[in-house]
Amino acid sequence: MDLIIESLPKLLNATKLTIQLTIISLILGIFVGGIFALMRISKNKFLYFLSYYYSYIFRGTPLLVQIFIIYFGLGQVEWIRESFLWIVLKEPYSCAILAFTLNTGAYTSEIFRSAFETINKGILEASKSLGLNSIHTFFKIKLPIAIKQSLPAYGNEMILVLKGTSLASTVTLLDLTGVAKHIISTTFRPIEVFVVAGGIYLLMTFIIHNFIKFLEKRYDYYEKK
Amino acid sequence: MGLLAYGDTGWGDELFFATLMTIAVAFTAILIGFLLASIFVSFKLSKNKFLNIIGASYTTVFRGVPELLVIYLFFFGGSGAVMYIAKIFGHSGYIEVNAFITGAVSIGVISGAYSTEVFRGAIESIDRGQFEASKVLGFKKNIYYYKVIIPQMLRLALPNINNVWQITLKDTSLISVTGLVEIMRQSYIAAGSTRDPLFFYSFAAVLYLFLTFVSMQIFNKLEKKFKKGY
Repeated sequence: MDLIIESLPKLLNATKLTIQLTIISLILGIFVGGIFALMRISKNKFLYFLSYYYSYIFRGTPLLVQIFIIYFGLGQVEWIRESFLWIVLKEPYSCAILAFTLNTGAYTSEIFRSAFETINKGILEASKSLGLNSIHTFFKIKLPIAIKQSLPAYGNEMILVLKGTSLASTVTLLDLTGVAKHIISTTFRPIEVFVVAGGIYLLMTFIIHNFIKFLEKRYDYYEKK
Repeated sequence: MGLLAYGDTGWGDELFFATLMTIAVAFTAILIGFLLASIFVSFKLSKNKFLNIIGASYTTVFRGVPELLVIYLFFFGGSGAVMYIAKIFGHSGYIEVNAFITGAVSIGVISGAYSTEVFRGAIESIDRGQFEASKVLGFKKNIYYYKVIIPQMLRLALPNINNVWQITLKDTSLISVTGLVEIMRQSYIAAGSTRDPLFFYSFAAVLYLFLTFVSMQIFNKLEKKFKKGY
């Protein structure tokens, strides 16, 4: 019990970094995912395959490999170290964010793609016959429907990103998992620390889950009859 | 390509055996997961409220907490727990739990939480009529589960079992933190001694892509086979 009380402030302090990594990666990931989803539904073969292989590679390999390639691997290349990229790649913090963003971007692009593909053809025909141009159709009709459709799957993805940020601890960052590991390895009392750190993670998962539920309720006007 | 030579000069043989280790851990883990899932799915579907809560807590905790944290729990807590049990049986002294077992169990527990949800979904999507018909035919509960429900459940669950397998396979990379020499750990060692992390981590990525690709082909074949007659 003492250990729980003692470790709680340290773990809560580390939670800030976890939340920061999660939110930044998610926001950047939405943009990356959105761009790749558009490439995937475009008629240009080159853009299509670029997006296809991007998503295939990032979804087919473990996040740990990706973060190691970015953090340990890319710094080895001479011209990268001399270019502006080095500003991003020399810090573990920005490397972690880059890895999480590219990883979640791949999953997000798949979620958006399938949302775009399942839009009812009738709606698009209706918008055409109303005389809306393609830009209007995209922003006023396709995008809102796609966002609404992808909410449940995106909620899961948010939870996966939250869990994924725990890998930041493998590149020396002291996030919630990093600090938890440190406390465990100095006190050798894994159960208490697991309960506290796990509890904090579960609380965050719970918040995300309910946030998505709230959004789903708010934007279900489309299905209301 | 000299770095990948087979034998003492390169890392080809080491990486080959590390890949086998990854497959072995992933396979053991998913089997442990199936075992746990078949227990917890019966808890989740039971009419007993208490068992429901146990089932729900299992899937919530192990799907909501990062894999790495679970691995640390088993890695640092594993030998303590084993020694505690051994003490009850009168054995004292230090017992170290093998890294393979620690890894397979921790990934298995996580994989089991996903499998539980997959099994539950599959059982719930079986037509109610099947249950009723089995009852009318006078089958006992455990017989109709084995002969009627589970075979149908497996077919329905197969696409999602594929997903669970992919997750489990990728999660095994995290066991490298415990020192078990699988793909990630071996690449780490090779990268350290040759100072060529880019090459070895990229090669690790290629190995994982190969494994996910091959398993996808196998699952697609299986799905086709089980779809026969539908």
